[in-house]
Amino acid sequence: MSTTAKISLQGVAKRFGKKVVLDGIDLDVRPAESLVIIGGSGTGKSVTLKCVLGLLRPDAGRIMVDGDDVVAMSGSNHERVMRKFGMLFQGAALFDSLPVWHNVAFGLINGRGLARAEARAVAVTKLGQVGLGPEVADLRPAELSGGMLKRVALARAIAADPEIIFFDEPTTGLDPIMADVINNLIVDCVRRLGATALSITHDIASVRKIADRVAMIYQGKIIWCGAVADLDHSGNPYVDQFIHGRAEGPIQMQVLKP
Amino acid sequence: MDVLAALGRVVLGFAAATGRLGLFTGHALSHVFRPPYFLGQVAQQMVSIGYFSLPVVGLTALFTGMALALQIFEGSSRFNAEGTVAFVVAIGMTRELAPVLGGLMVAGRVGAAMAAEIGTMRVTDQIDALMTLSTNPFKYLITPRLVAGVTMVPFLVAVGDAIGIFGGYTISVQLLDFNSSTYIRNTFDILENIDIIAGLVKAAVFGFIVTLMGCYHGYHSQGGAQGVGAATTNAVVSASILILTSNLVVTQLFFSR
Ligand SMILES: Nc1ncnc2c1ncn2[C@@H]1O[C@H](COP(=O)(O)OP(=O)(O)OP(=O)(O)O)[C@@H](O)[C@H]1O
Ligand SMILES: [Mg+2]
Repeated sequence: MSTTAKISLQGVAKRFGKKVVLDGIDLDVRPAESLVIIGGSGTGKSVTLKCVLGLLRPDAGRIMVDGDDVVAMSGSNHERVMRKFGMLFQGAALFDSLPVWHNVAFGLINGRGLARAEARAVAVTKLGQVGLGPEVADLRPAELSGGMLKRVALARAIAADPEIIFFDEPTTGLDPIMADVINNLIVDCVRRLGATALSITHDIASVRKIADRVAMIYQGKIIWCGAVADLDHSGNPYVDQFIHGRAEGPIQMQVLKP
Repeated sequence: MDVLAALGRVVLGFAAATGRLGLFTGHALSHVFRPPYFLGQVAQQMVSIGYFSLPVVGLTALFTGMALALQIFEGSSRFNAEGTVAFVVAIGMTRELAPVLGGLMVAGRVGAAMAAEIGTMRVTDQIDALMTLSTNPFKYLITPRLVAGVTMVPFLVAVGDAIGIFGGYTISVQLLDFNSSTYIRNTFDILENIDIIAGLVKAAVFGFIVTLMGCYHGYHSQGGAQGVGAATTNAVVSASILILTSNLVVTQLFFSR
């Protein structure tokens, strides 16, 4: 299994101070599949993605991308592997000193050495795909709404047609129609361009639309992983509670009763 | 026993911080010699440091040169040595006051802005985003700022030298009834190349310190707006202290016989 996986996490652990966030994550993402990670807020979904990208260093475990261990990698080797990735950050993380088009074209210009005019044309096309017209291209990120920021960040993540794309909550903050457009776009990236997608979302409708397989994270471990078709009869009470959004069940939220 | 433990923690913490800073510096400098270069970033930083700091550094030098002339005239008249005004203004500005005061002003203006900008980029994941776009943050953010600091602060100080001496001259001639051509001749007789060079070397060192502290504290900031605020303060305070201590060291290297 691990030889054919595009991305393979084996026993990945990460803690911040005394707080254990990841406690041995085992997860394989197959080539050209769309895997969605679900799980409660603050369970370490974003941290998992950042570990794979080398933005956080796991305390233990191995992370293989195309068979190469990326945890041990550094410098130019790591940069070479990073070229395979596109990442949509949960908070958009656009460069606020640059206009929108330059944000989208950034990886093309600085990473791949495309000419500015050419990169700008690609950027405008990608902006079109996320439903933003060419008039947005010259605005600054500070002039956009939250949902527009997210879509610009999405355009930036897919601008270089990466092999592997990470989407951290791609549809949060969008209206239902635009959310569906973005879901279609993600599906398109996987089906048509053959990209491998690893997404995080809280939106179960979006899970059903974009996922080939679903993994649920709880208390630092993957407690269930299966095809999206099995989501409704997983036989796992945690998954059941989560997808139906019930306050009652095995997952207890730490809240004070009024 | 507790006192020893606390002392040990402080020493260890200091050693760790020094090591981190050393690694950071080495990492940033290594990119000076490794293409690709972000020349656009370098140019932008040079303008932002060199051009936009001109008013601040120029005003500082002007008023310092003027005040210096007044002080020295008043002080030296006690033993009939008014001729020393041109001498003290020229030496004092070039060797000491233009570089140190200019460096401190740049620390307040540029160092703080750098720490705030890079710190905000850190806490909003923009630095992480750079990495995912195949762009090395050291190459793109840190190295251009260091290069701009080392080259532009000497330029600022050279301008400050001229303005400061001009300030002293104005006060001396307009207010203290010095003879204009004598004052100018005295100034040029006194000044040696080493005075100016020593000041410019100091300026390069201070430019490095200011930009390094701004980048280092910004890069390692954490915890939102408050963290960025703390990074800004730390950048200015540490740069100021390092400017004053390194000033002593460089002076000692140049002028001790
Ligand atoms: N840089 C950090 N320093 C300290 N703790 C952190 C850091 N990043 C994340 N954490 C902690 O790790 C835990 C997991 O964070 P993470 O961002 O992965 O959550 P998440 O599953 O993505 O949640 P959400 O769905 O709300 O985005 C959180 O409890 C958070 O407090
Ligand atoms: Mg998250």
